[in-house]
Amino acid sequence: MMQFESWADFWAMGGYAFYVWLSFGVALGAMALITIFSVIEHKRLIKQVVTEQQRKLRIQRAQQQARNDTTEPDRSN
Amino acid sequence: MWKWLHPYAKPERAYQLCNTLLPWFALPAVVCLVVGTMWGLAYAPQDYQQGDSFRIIYIHVPSAMLSMSTYVAMAIAALVGMVWQWRTAYMAMIAMAPVGAVMTFIALLTGAAWGKPMWGAWWVWDARLTSELILLFLYFGVIALYSAFEDKQQAGKAAGVMALVGVVNIPIIHYSVEWWNTLHQGSTITKFDKPSIATEMLWPLLLNIFGFALFIALVTTMRLKNEIIRREMHRPWVQMLVKQKETNDAV
Amino acid sequence: MGGVFKRDLALAFRQKAELVQPLMFLVMVVTLFPLGVGPGPVTLQLIGPGVIWIAAILSSLMGMERLFRDDFADGSLEQLQLSGLPLYAVAAMKVLCHWLVTFIPLLILSPLLAMFLNLTVDMYIALVITLLLGTPLLSLVGAIAVGLTVGLQRGGVLLALLLIPVFIPLLIFATSAVDAAALQLPYRAQIAIIGAMLLIAMALAPAAIAYSLKVSQN
Repeated sequence: MMQFESWADFWAMGGYAFYVWLSFGVALGAMALITIFSVIEHKRLIKQVVTEQQRKLRIQRAQQQARNDTTEPDRSN
Repeated sequence: MWKWLHPYAKPERAYQLCNTLLPWFALPAVVCLVVGTMWGLAYAPQDYQQGDSFRIIYIHVPSAMLSMSTYVAMAIAALVGMVWQWRTAYMAMIAMAPVGAVMTFIALLTGAAWGKPMWGAWWVWDARLTSELILLFLYFGVIALYSAFEDKQQAGKAAGVMALVGVVNIPIIHYSVEWWNTLHQGSTITKFDKPSIATEMLWPLLLNIFGFALFIALVTTMRLKNEIIRREMHRPWVQMLVKQKETNDAV
Repeated sequence: MGGVFKRDLALAFRQKAELVQPLMFLVMVVTLFPLGVGPGPVTLQLIGPGVIWIAAILSSLMGMERLFRDDFADGSLEQLQLSGLPLYAVAAMKVLCHWLVTFIPLLILSPLLAMFLNLTVDMYIALVITLLLGTPLLSLVGAIAVGLTVGLQRGGVLLALLLIPVFIPLLIFATSAVDAAALQLPYRAQIAIIGAMLLIAMALAPAAIAYSLKVSQN
């Protein structure tokens, strides 16, 4: 069933080891890279939205503070 | 007949569809690729002429075939975007492009690696490899044109035109390159074209073709999600989605 | 329609430098080959058709940008669009004018180029036929990409990247025709194919160019 007598034979690929493993290796590598890049991109985009949301929240809070500060002098009288 | 497709013109629905489809692409892709590759590497017989270097076919043929079908799919997405004015169609188009380009690159590299033991040279201007190289240029063109525009609506339309011009040219390029090849190289028939293939070799090949196709669908879906978020970042549904994600992660 | 043509013609002659530069580029590129490859007449004749056609493609890419650039910049393109004239017809007229203005000088220069590269008379005749049928194809298909990139800052190299793959079949058939002529073989088939590509381009390109211009106008 198995075409090769031993592991050593498998890795040797009948003398064509360099070409076969180069091909399979680069294919696997390229496919892995683009998948990984896509995942990283996704995380980065989510992070971008989160950062913006937090910024907006901070700005909102700051504006609230400013409004409270300006109304206070009236009440302290 | 196509009414069921219409809701996916809205990015939000398309995003949900992507999420649903992801596991259906991921699992079968991994299974097919692992089984197909192992079968081809260890169990399929070697070619009596080319020995074990023939096993490269299990990567080269799927990637070459799919590099072309992905371009056609890209062009179809562009056409859908143009005719029905669907933003999501253009987003799908640009999501596919880098994946197709990677496939083309793999086809070129494995083609060269296969050719070196066969013909003694890393690069020969045979019809198939030359056409793949031109296809790679076409992919780069679409990607470059899209990134040159700030307004991504415009970018989609412009890249869509080039994708369509490209797809019309692909058969012309193939025919002319094949013809040019026979002119300049006599009648060397490459083993790339229609290798006489035994059934023990056919099954792992089909599995890998299927596996590669699923892989392309998987990564395209992931990239489509990214493109949707990028373009729709300020919409309330995206904001809600991210907030939910955050609370889920915090839990 | 005639008005569009006459206007473009007048504008073209107002800036003669812009017309002459691509032509000079063409001659200089052709000159580079004997200098780079060696002046051996046999070699030059072998590579001649390819060299002239590649130089023609490159110089055509250089000169193509002026097709819509000025009209886009000063708003006349928008005016033409609003004028009620069908945009595809306007585009076709502009391409026709551009082609005439670039091809006729090329035709006049072509014997010089043929002489530089040691082409035979048969080869030269084939070359002229391929240029006659092929350069309009370059202009028509090129105009589609020019229409898409007209609004971009640095569209020049991008234009070349987009168009060179698309021009490859034309290059293959045109050089094959001239090579066949060198061997005294018939080349009607290659010319017929180029002619067919030209006819398809004439039918489809104007609408595509009009669409491209609309995309750029946004």
